[in-house]
Amino acid sequence: MIDIRNLSVRIGTTDILRDVSLTIGAGEIFGLVGESGSGKSMTALSLMGLLPRVMQASGHARLDGTDLLSLDEATLCTLRGNDISMIFQEPMTALNPVQTIGDQVAEVLTIHGKAQGPEARHIARNRLDRVGLSHIGLDRYPHELSGGQRQRVCIAAAIALHPRLLIADEPTTALDVTTQAQILDLLRDLVAEENMSLLLITHDLAVVSNMADRIAVMERGRIVEQGHTHDVLRDQNHPYTRKLFAASSHRPDRDGTATPDAILRVDDIHRHYPGARAGFRRGPPVKAVNGVSFAIKRGESLGLVGESGCGKSTLTRAILGLDPLTSGSITLNDTPVSPQMPRENRADMQVVFQDPYASFNPRWRVDRIIAEPFHLLSRKPAATDIAEALDAVRLSPDDAFKYPHEFSGGQRQRIAIARALITRPKLLVLDEAVSALDVSVRAQILDLLADLQTRFGLSYLFISHDLTVVRAITDRVLVMQAGEIVEQGKTEQVFNTPAHPYTCALLASAPKLEIPA
Amino acid sequence: MTRLPAALALGAAITGIYAAIALISLFWTPYDITNLQISNRLQGWSGTHPLGTDQFGRDMVSMLMEGARTSIAVAIVAVGIGVTLGVPLGLAAAANRGSLLDEIIMRGNDLIFAFPSLVIAILITAIWGPSATNAILAIGIFNIPVFARVARGGALPIWTLDYILAARTAGKSRARISAEHVLPNIANLLIVQATIQFSLGILAEAGLSYVGLGAQPPTSSLGRMLSESQTMIYSDPWLAVLPGLAIVILVLGLNLLGDGLRDALDPRLRRARE
Amino acid sequence: MASKSTAPRSTPTEPPTTRQTPLWPLWRRRHTLPPMLRYLLIRALSLSLSLIVASVVIFAVIEVIPGDPAAFMLGLNATDEAIANLRAELGLGGSLTERYLSWVTGMLRGDFGTSYTYRVPVSELIADRIWVSLPLAIFALILSTLIAIPVGIIAATNRGKAGDFAIMGVTQLGIAVPNFWFAMLLVLLFAVTFSLFSAGGFPGWDQPGPALKSLVLPAIALALPQASILARVMRSAVIETLDQDYIRTARARGLTRGQTIRRHALRNALIPVLTIIGLQFSFLLAGAIIIENVFFLPGLGRLVFQGITQRDLVVVESVTMLLVFAVITVTFLVDIAYALVDPRLRRK
Repeated sequence: MIDIRNLSVRIGTTDILRDVSLTIGAGEIFGLVGESGSGKSMTALSLMGLLPRVMQASGHARLDGTDLLSLDEATLCTLRGNDISMIFQEPMTALNPVQTIGDQVAEVLTIHGKAQGPEARHIARNRLDRVGLSHIGLDRYPHELSGGQRQRVCIAAAIALHPRLLIADEPTTALDVTTQAQILDLLRDLVAEENMSLLLITHDLAVVSNMADRIAVMERGRIVEQGHTHDVLRDQNHPYTRKLFAASSHRPDRDGTATPDAILRVDDIHRHYPGARAGFRRGPPVKAVNGVSFAIKRGESLGLVGESGCGKSTLTRAILGLDPLTSGSITLNDTPVSPQMPRENRADMQVVFQDPYASFNPRWRVDRIIAEPFHLLSRKPAATDIAEALDAVRLSPDDAFKYPHEFSGGQRQRIAIARALITRPKLLVLDEAVSALDVSVRAQILDLLADLQTRFGLSYLFISHDLTVVRAITDRVLVMQAGEIVEQGKTEQVFNTPAHPYTCALLASAPKLEIPA
Repeated sequence: MTRLPAALALGAAITGIYAAIALISLFWTPYDITNLQISNRLQGWSGTHPLGTDQFGRDMVSMLMEGARTSIAVAIVAVGIGVTLGVPLGLAAAANRGSLLDEIIMRGNDLIFAFPSLVIAILITAIWGPSATNAILAIGIFNIPVFARVARGGALPIWTLDYILAARTAGKSRARISAEHVLPNIANLLIVQATIQFSLGILAEAGLSYVGLGAQPPTSSLGRMLSESQTMIYSDPWLAVLPGLAIVILVLGLNLLGDGLRDALDPRLRRARE
Repeated sequence: MASKSTAPRSTPTEPPTTRQTPLWPLWRRRHTLPPMLRYLLIRALSLSLSLIVASVVIFAVIEVIPGDPAAFMLGLNATDEAIANLRAELGLGGSLTERYLSWVTGMLRGDFGTSYTYRVPVSELIADRIWVSLPLAIFALILSTLIAIPVGIIAATNRGKAGDFAIMGVTQLGIAVPNFWFAMLLVLLFAVTFSLFSAGGFPGWDQPGPALKSLVLPAIALALPQASILARVMRSAVIETLDQDYIRTARARGLTRGQTIRRHALRNALIPVLTIIGLQFSFLLAGAIIIENVFFLPGLGRLVFQGITQRDLVVVESVTMLLVFAVITVTFLVDIAYALVDPRLRRK
């Protein structure tokens, strides 16, 4: 059906893709995996004829014998959305904000002359029903829908004309695990129903291992290995494939030696926001955090999992003493935590954030960046403090004189950890600290965190939506839903025998990477 | 990209030349323009008066030099008022987003926007009489909300970034964070806006002086020269064309400089080059 | 083929479904107001508040800062008796609050006071003059918008090509030209050299043809610099919109570049352009005041300058208030346009 032969893409003399060859049969799900920059998306855009203009593609990409690369723009327009459709990663921005969803789905039909007016709307209704949006009117606008619902609208538009190939580029990366599971189920069903092919592009091995009939592993613009999912998972012939698999399920060696006394106590805290304005009044208050209590022991690693909107971020900000509480108390070393707390009391708690690109003032040099927490102490940072912090995260002392943009994502996360360590705190709050990293880099950072914990006797509050990572690095775990902790316990126990229905649903939704024997 | 770096160079060159002329005119002009010599009026272009003389016998080169100086000075001070008052207000509003302070600052801004600068000038001159100082005030007041808006708009996305949270966990106050982290990162925006407001200030000064609300005799300004030459436009169009051209070239230079700076300082474009 | 139940979870971002609420009690009726109406009501209230504050500011500048307005108006050589007479005439006897309230309520009734120099009600003067200034500003606004939007789109869709380069060059020049100087050049060219239009004056609307003709040059002089700005804004708005994810989605659906621009880019690009059109109206109004001086048009601009030179504070006060009112009204119209273009505003 789809037959790609020696597809190469360049910008000028730089290769983006080199000799990519793959075939996808009718009704087949083909998984394309790789880390960021491996060329997965470029392969898809080549098929669509939507590569950025500066790039030139060569080779062949045949759809039932027609070479897509040789077609002119007008012919490609008749194919796109008709024979080949595509959905993208970010559902929040993938729909036109000023057009109703009904119009956007119906547009595919009218553009291709398959139906007009009421008939097109009727079909649009039909397709939206099929993707599970029967309760959503055609006249709704994208901003009124959640991320998962928007991705369903994109899917409805993509399948409106029963394409032969659907390309899904990281379709669930921006979504919560439970939503991800639903979207993946939907895609799987649609493939079977429509007998279409699906090219599923993802960085997540677990996702493809559960979905794809065949997979290809990409590294730096090349396919290093491809075959039936089962065979690739079992054999792992190429070293890069092995590395990717090892990193995906990596669990650092840890020796958890927690003492009984707590470094941080959270006691029945509430944080309520005023409700949204409705005219001149406000709606009922939003209970972002609603009666949460827990403690972190010294030397312990505590996980906090939950989906977006569950109140994790609000809780984190309260623990960091950035936002006031509505009620309840937080104590660090038995002194109260609040926005007004004395500076020196903060020095024992530091934080590492998710986005390695937004974590640093781009105009500051690394030495100034990592010395910033010294503001909490009475003494000035010495050169040795900076060198020691850099050394602790295995960066060179010379890196102190560089600017953040000179570092890769993983190195930046090391700088963020160095900044957090420089005041020799006892508690690190790791707020999705490895979520933005590629799996191989993530594995290295997890090892580093495990090592630092042992060396400095650190306690961790590890906040993440990624269950695999939480399982790998924590002793105990809290499960948060709608502002409340619904379950807590030893990590292995919670993961093996979840008690609360929500925990069960979360665990059931999370794609698992199982390597066949 | 449609704009070549050449545009930036041209803009900088034009601006630089005007700045030099304005500075020189502080110490020296070919003739003294306060000295009216009616007998010398309306002379053509010659070796002694390269661009001729006006209807009062004043040397046009000297008039243009002085006029450019006044116009530039008015615009610079007006931009200065806007920056020194508007930027701190905008930063404070962004640092306390959604608070009463933010609300007051933004509503105050809306209010000033409801008075076009000319209306402010009319009000001020109606009471204190026309002068260059009042023209500066009228233009400067209008610049405050412009800079407050740009500063707030630029600062808001920065306040959502993690390095701000990191600074807060390092115990730094909002004011200190605004100064250390936010201001340097919106400096580009402010520089570009300053060149825009500078060129708008030149135009506004010209407009106010033209209708008699700006610089008063014996001070010359490019707008005043236009105003004085209007009655002569049929007989001696050069008297009106020259100061107009001087304004156009200066504003063009400033706009080219501003656009060029924006492209050169835009972090998105810079990242693409790295 | 039975499909699995895939109804999504309700998430916090999902808005609550519209509840049926009874029309009574009244305080619940906010739920029954259409969201669009509610939005406009809130904007209207907020703008009315601006109007009130603006009136206080104008009142304070004109009637409080000079100390005794009557003495100010009559100048240094006035006799005490003349000042006392004028004070009585202007109603300066009462307290500030009383004077402010009577000024404001007077304006609401259409009574703007009596001009000291013209000896006629200011409302009559305004009624006369506004039919020059307002048509001129609107004429210029229409002209500027009609030119700028297509030009901006052409530039954006030809980004980096010769057409774009030419448009950017011309608009760069257009922004740099002071409109009144441009007006002088137009007079020089079309009235003096070619004698196509009159150099100034206004025949009155009882001769609609010549009246309109006499506004052509002033409107062009006003519109071209504004059109240059607007065209550049339109160009960058379209370019910015074309970078959005939903444009890529539309292309993936099989829309051609042209269809994508027409169906998706333009409406989104209009949102920032509307803001600028709103702001431009106040510039056009101010510009009109200056341009009236070039063309000797008997509009509000000439009225207010005469008011200033003759120290007729009554005229200055009322006309500036009127100008502010016009600007705020246009802001409200822009808000309505926003709501029509952007559904996100309607339901927030």
